Amino acid sequence: MSGGLLGTSEVTSQLQSHPDIVQINFSAAPELKWDSGLVSFLLKLIRECGEKNLQVDRQGLPQEAQKLLALALKVHEKNVPIEKMHQSFLEKTGEKALRIDESIRSVLDFLGDIAGSFGRLMRGKVFFRWDDFMLLVKRCGVDTLLLVSLISLLVGMILAFVGSIQLKTFGAQIFVADMVAIAMVRVLSAVMTGIIVSGRIGASFAAELGMMQANEEIDALKTLGVSPVGFLVIPRVMALVMMMPLLTIYADLMAILGGFLISVGMLHLNPVEYLNHTQHAVKLNSVWIGLIHSFVFAVIIAVAGCLRGIQCERNAAGVGKATTSAVVTAITGIVIATAIITFICQVLGV
Amino acid sequence: MDTAIQPVIEVQGLDLGYDGIPVLHDLNFSVNKGDIFIVMGVSGSGKSTLLKSMIGLKEPTKGKILFNGKSFWDEETQGQQNMMRGFGVLYQEGALWSSMTVGENVALPLELYTKLSKQQIQEIVALKLSLVGLEGHEDLFPSGISGGMCKRVSLARAIALDPGIIFFDEPSAGLDPINARKLDDLILELRDGLGATIVVVTHELASIFAIGNNSVFLDEVSKTMIATGDPKALLADSKDPRVIQFLTRGKSNEEQKSK
Repeated sequence: MSGGLLGTSEVTSQLQSHPDIVQINFSAAPELKWDSGLVSFLLKLIRECGEKNLQVDRQGLPQEAQKLLALALKVHEKNVPIEKMHQSFLEKTGEKALRIDESIRSVLDFLGDIAGSFGRLMRGKVFFRWDDFMLLVKRCGVDTLLLVSLISLLVGMILAFVGSIQLKTFGAQIFVADMVAIAMVRVLSAVMTGIIVSGRIGASFAAELGMMQANEEIDALKTLGVSPVGFLVIPRVMALVMMMPLLTIYADLMAILGGFLISVGMLHLNPVEYLNHTQHAVKLNSVWIGLIHSFVFAVIIAVAGCLRGIQCERNAAGVGKATTSAVVTAITGIVIATAIITFICQVLGV
Repeated sequence: MDTAIQPVIEVQGLDLGYDGIPVLHDLNFSVNKGDIFIVMGVSGSGKSTLLKSMIGLKEPTKGKILFNGKSFWDEETQGQQNMMRGFGVLYQEGALWSSMTVGENVALPLELYTKLSKQQIQEIVALKLSLVGLEGHEDLFPSGISGGMCKRVSLARAIALDPGIIFFDEPSAGLDPINARKLDDLILELRDGLGATIVVVTHELASIFAIGNNSVFLDEVSKTMIATGDPKALLADSKDPRVIQFLTRGKSNEEQKSK
């Protein structure tokens, strides 16, 4: 096989040029070294001869090669139709288009289940494990803090640098403080935190529930009469909804600190003046708008992560797909939600 | 005079399928109290699909599954959940909840459906674990124990609420012959001890003959059941080559008779 496989074309052309041939015999030297390459060549040749009604006598071949050929030519008892694996671009697009309503329905069903389970939880009719919930709260909050600190600090710094380029031309560098504060508090902190959390927490929700689906752990809950939405999804949604606003406020502070460090350390602005500008720029409205963003994002991330996890196929590849899909869904949702909230704020004049 | 015994499980005219593609059709059989009922057939014959339908995870396209005379799939959600509380299920890979310890896994059904105190629950958990030979393993996590132990913990969880029916999905899969034999013995002991009815999905011949006293054979080509009865009787009397081939690891009727 290392030297390539033999082709049957030469033999076939010889056979065509001698139509009087009715049988093919083989003769192999006892010291002949052969491998699967020979068997593959012979198999192809035997099949071609079969089509042309030529007899093939395999007696002269090595014993082992004869056995392998017999095995390869054996007619199996049943032929299971092999599922078509490769679809054309049009087929894939068509199939996805046909499934749009199905996926919308599944999202709505899932949201309905969450609302129903939340209602039952309020009435004390859902089994709720507080220990698990506290662990989730820790995972969503404390475990994400370092990453949120770093990213928010850097975004605050970048914003201060970029803003100062234009503001310097008007001698209005001090307004860097207003720009950093307003942009971060109103929307950017929530968006950055949302993106970090969807990568870290949303993906882990999807992977976790996906593995539980693959390992039949979710089936085990169902056969116990426990709703997986109430038992697994509600604590995750609640933990994230609780922690996202806190993380966003923390990110606001880190971003303002980042802007402050650059403005004072590199742009040589007065620190007291910077803090005064920040204080005047941040209105309570902006804080509320930032918190509303963070609440909406928390719901989107948790629902996307849990939905993809629960919908996961029961294999390792499925878990990978669910995780990727959870992050993509969450980030797309965050961007769309930001656009909608910003538009509403604009219309309401807040 | 014969008193009519009400079967614990009755399957009547059951059809099952996925996305409109039929997997099994026209299944009719019944399981009596105390039976160890084997669902057998080659891979892909629909054994696990049938089990899923029996444990309430897969709605049939047609037909009924009756538990003690009550049709499961005709019940409302609450009624179905009440009936499911009477089942114990041992999944193929154990399906232990990985975020909980062994003790918490066995305790969860008790926390959900009994009003026992924590202390009492711990006592029951210890008892159930000792029944499967794992006393003292309460604080370990599923990731820290072997596959065979996972299955035994899963069995302890399945019997936590003293169920009337216990379902086993491929209990011997992935176990060495000694542990597979131990699990078979445990199934027999639990049947006798708990007075439970047991349904086992398997294609392990050794287990089938060791524990089964009733069975159904599913055929992947005709997509229906082709035999039912005691596996040993099927081996001795069945004229169907598919059943004989399966029960003799591929031998034909003639080879079996000439033996």
